[in-house]
Amino acid sequence: MNTPLSWIKAYVPDLDCTAREYTDAMTLTGTKVENFVNLDEDLEKIIVGKIEKIERHPDADKLIVCQVNIGSEVTQIVTGANNVKEGDLVPVVLDGGKVATDHDGKKVAGGTKIKKGKLRGVESNGMMCSIFELGSDTNMYPEAAEDGIYLFDDSVKPGDDAIAALGLRDSVFEYEITSNRVDCYSVIGIAREAAATFRKEFVPPVVKVNGNNENVNDYIKVEIEDKDLCKRYTARVVKNVKIGPSPWWMQRRLSASGIRPINNLVDITNYVMEEFGQPMHAYDLDLIEDKKIVVKRANDGEKYTTLDGQERNLDSNILMINDGKKPVGIAGIMGGENSMITDNVKDVLFEAACFDGTNIRLSSKRLGLRTDASAKFEKGLDPNNAILAMNRACQLIEELGVGEVVGGVVDIYDEEREPVRLKFEPEKINSLLGTDIDSDEMIKYFKKIDLLFDDATNEVVVPTFRQDLLCLADLAEEVARFYGYDKIPTSMPSSSEVTGKLSYEMLIDNIAKDVAEFSGFSQAMSYSFESPKVFDKLLLDKDDVLRNAIKISNPLGEDFSIMRTVSLNGILTSLATNYNRRNKEAKLYEMSNVYIPKALPLTELPDERMTFTLGMYGDGDFFTMKGVVEEFFEKVGMKDIVSYDSKSGKTFLHPGRQANIIYDGDVVGYIGELHPLVGINYDIKTRVYIAVIDMEMIYSKTSFDRKYVGIAKYPAVSRDISMVAKKEILVGEIEEVIRKRGGKLLEGYKLFDVYEGEQIEKGFKSVAYSITFRASDRTLSDEEVNKVMDKILNGLKDLGIELRG
Amino acid sequence: MSVNHIREPLLEVGWYRDNSSQSVYADWDFLIMINISTKIIIKRKEEIAMMKEELEKIREEAIEKISSSDALEKLNEIRVFYLGKKGKLKDVMKGMKDVAPEERPKVGELVNKTQKAIEEKLEETKKNLEKIALEKKLESEVIDVTLPAKKSKIGHRHPNTIALEEVERIFVGMGYEVVDGPEIEYDYYNFEALNIPDNHPAKDEQDTFYITDKILLRTQTSSVQVHEMEKGKLPIRMISPGRVFRSDEVDATHSPSFHQIEGLVIDKNVTFADLKGTLAQFARELFGEDTKVKFRPHHFPFTEPSAEVDVTCFKCHGKGCRMCKGSGWIEILGCGMVHPHVLEMSGIDPNEYKGFAFGVGLERIALLKYEIDDMRLLYENDIRFLKQF
Repeated sequence: MNTPLSWIKAYVPDLDCTAREYTDAMTLTGTKVENFVNLDEDLEKIIVGKIEKIERHPDADKLIVCQVNIGSEVTQIVTGANNVKEGDLVPVVLDGGKVATDHDGKKVAGGTKIKKGKLRGVESNGMMCSIFELGSDTNMYPEAAEDGIYLFDDSVKPGDDAIAALGLRDSVFEYEITSNRVDCYSVIGIAREAAATFRKEFVPPVVKVNGNNENVNDYIKVEIEDKDLCKRYTARVVKNVKIGPSPWWMQRRLSASGIRPINNLVDITNYVMEEFGQPMHAYDLDLIEDKKIVVKRANDGEKYTTLDGQERNLDSNILMINDGKKPVGIAGIMGGENSMITDNVKDVLFEAACFDGTNIRLSSKRLGLRTDASAKFEKGLDPNNAILAMNRACQLIEELGVGEVVGGVVDIYDEEREPVRLKFEPEKINSLLGTDIDSDEMIKYFKKIDLLFDDATNEVVVPTFRQDLLCLADLAEEVARFYGYDKIPTSMPSSSEVTGKLSYEMLIDNIAKDVAEFSGFSQAMSYSFESPKVFDKLLLDKDDVLRNAIKISNPLGEDFSIMRTVSLNGILTSLATNYNRRNKEAKLYEMSNVYIPKALPLTELPDERMTFTLGMYGDGDFFTMKGVVEEFFEKVGMKDIVSYDSKSGKTFLHPGRQANIIYDGDVVGYIGELHPLVGINYDIKTRVYIAVIDMEMIYSKTSFDRKYVGIAKYPAVSRDISMVAKKEILVGEIEEVIRKRGGKLLEGYKLFDVYEGEQIEKGFKSVAYSITFRASDRTLSDEEVNKVMDKILNGLKDLGIELRG
Repeated sequence: MSVNHIREPLLEVGWYRDNSSQSVYADWDFLIMINISTKIIIKRKEEIAMMKEELEKIREEAIEKISSSDALEKLNEIRVFYLGKKGKLKDVMKGMKDVAPEERPKVGELVNKTQKAIEEKLEETKKNLEKIALEKKLESEVIDVTLPAKKSKIGHRHPNTIALEEVERIFVGMGYEVVDGPEIEYDYYNFEALNIPDNHPAKDEQDTFYITDKILLRTQTSSVQVHEMEKGKLPIRMISPGRVFRSDEVDATHSPSFHQIEGLVIDKNVTFADLKGTLAQFARELFGEDTKVKFRPHHFPFTEPSAEVDVTCFKCHGKGCRMCKGSGWIEILGCGMVHPHVLEMSGIDPNEYKGFAFGVGLERIALLKYEIDDMRLLYENDIRFLKQF
């Protein structure tokens, strides 16, 4: 919605403010002005001149030398334009003035300064301007020359302000109107708000039509078959139409609002649509068969050609305007080619109706056809406004002498919309706002916006154009708006029995983030939706359950079409980005959900599983990653032994370098080196290590119960053993033996060497441990330690392990 | 070496304190040992005087030598030479048995004094030399402190998270609980229960991603409000941060997935003034003490009255700059008093309870605060970007 200040001032005559003041004040009362444009921006020292004499330029065929009367003097101007003649009144920019375009005729911020000078040796003291140089165009000024100087009619005289004469001493505001304020999609609605905001009198146009002595019912009958979609239909007839340009003032208001003036008839309907917010339509009455209008739904599969020449596919939810025989327009959206007004029109049928907003919105969406009319209808208009608009249009027809309005109105309106009445409870309004506003003051605000107060019933009567006011809270907002949001005091909610805290899960997530960061990983974020191709990139089997992903029915494209079931793609894509930008190393983690459906298609909400994903390349290996995982577990009090099952079967990981992470008997995640083929799929040509932890499995295993255990008083005894084991035997298995057989005296063990190669038989490896024993109540004797060591060694022998000498 | 140690060598030469036996005769050129059994007691005052002189000489000589020492090893040699088992003092001691018993304590004292003096000098000089040696060592260990630091390469939080944690800190401090809600949500919680019925234009405007007719990707964290209210535990003071989704193509200022922080307070006497106070406090905490807030009327289906909130531009402090497009203000959030119908739908009596709610775009705050000019950077995860936070 764009409105020029001049049009607002027409209905708020006492309004006296700058565009900036208007913008700020209106925004603070809720009619947000997004921005404004001064139409005379970059136009300086431009006045009306009269060309008194034209001579050829002595040295240039294409130039002429004009003597121009600019009121105070006659000055010489050289021009290349060829549409001027002696006696023409033209806009002239004088020395030191400014026009809106650059030398190529393009609009340029700041404009272009004009200086006097010599053109091929002949002095020129200024420049005559085209409409483009004045910042507008021939759409908005249809009378202007497309390629030449703008010529005024004789309503101006030399020396006049040419900018004012063109109606450009004005500012145009662009608003952000919220969807609840349908009434503000009209100049009248905004003017009402402006009057209330500036506390000035609101003077809307007085609507009055005379009509001739005939009866409109003799010209047209109207039937509404589908009353659910058409609450009201009004019609009037105008005879003997004389098509011509609309008056200057109307053209200026329309052009400033961004609407191109066309002819008097079209301009009147557009003008009324802007002014009252009610779309209107005009039919050529001669093309309406049987002198009858029928409002009803179209048939499925029907086709219809709208006045833009496009064939449209209709369906049974699209409301059509028909005559006795055929459709003549799509209700509320666009008229038809077959009833279109032409320059030869004689009699016109005017329509101002109220169609169902939702239906118009959905129809317009299905048709892919959004018009100025449908944009207004879809907001749900006030049916009481239709008749006002209709009569306003006919009034303008009469006043501007466009035609002869036939007496009477056809008005099909079964269920009249009544004003809503709301109980006036000023104390409740004050207690909601935290204010102490006098009730009389509130009533004053209400009156300014045409909400009446009924003393007798203590009710506020809400006019039907304010469809958004339905309860006390709504009235409170009206009070707050005009009292001023800025004047409402500030306070803090009184203390209540609440404690500020993060959820337990969030605390655990934060510890994971901390551990990751202290281990050198930076936090990444990636989208929750991705391409189904991800599953192939990760080499998942055709029947892998992870492929059962939730599909978005209206995605932004295939690449964003499924909700991720596995968290790796985001991290791998980010690692690839880093790799391909030649970052030598990258360590990233992400804390985000994967979405596991319980059944597909979804009948209930899926399982959203918080997942801690780590990925890296460059510096570090499998065991670096394993370290991060275990550091995290320790930090959240998971102090039991973490075990690793290398039979984790992840297709996207290196078959010999992967493991499920097992804690407390549950698989809580997995870790491994990326399968080189997956690396290729992501365009990463180096080893990548990942770890994925299912946080939902972690939360219940964490604990922050801490109990102090006395620091050992008695010395520990250490024994180093070195052994030779088959290569396939995992150190995890060796450690399990040490743990199980070490008993109570075992304090700890540390692997200090693993070796394969020379001196060791092929297929074997040498492994060395330092094992520590300690008792809390005594110094251990050699015999005691030997006994335990023997147990351990026997256990290792059972694994086929031999001690090295 | 302490005086105590001196006794031991004395014992070795058989010096006993009982008066019964010994006397010492000593000559400085040779030593004459006289058998105790002969019981010849020699009393020669001149000799004692000579011993004294001799001891004085040793002392002077030793101290002289010690003073001129420039190395710890030399000190040791001196110690051995004078104080050792076969040192000069021991030699003097050997003459003790020729001294008359009544004179012995005097002579003993003299010996001890001499020994102590040498010891002290030795100790003093040793400390001094050690100090010099340490100074020399330290001098040789001077480093270039401007050489690069050895860092353990700590990773970085995502700017979104940093901004979020700041917001969380502020609200937790004001007694708000941080709660979570589902990202894939029922239509009811995202729209209907928030006063956005089917066919409401707001549903269209938000361009929702649907999974089924009834299940969608939440377009706002306001959905969590409804879950919290339905729990029926009053009063409520919560914020809920999280991902939301809207069907916007990716560009410098749009992303189909972003984050919001919803806030909700429900209590018996909550007012619009409280909402203003709370958000003004929040803005000051987040953007600085001199930040001002401006409340503009606005419309949201689930609040009434509603407002949009601007803060004074934290770059130009309200003077007007590129960041605030010259206005001096930056829009940061939407808010309002919870619509009575919304309370009702979630089972809260609007006659008894009132509430306010607000919603902040997390990326908006992160982009503004850290002057990030392209939203896409937030989801690329380039290490060189993340490192800066």
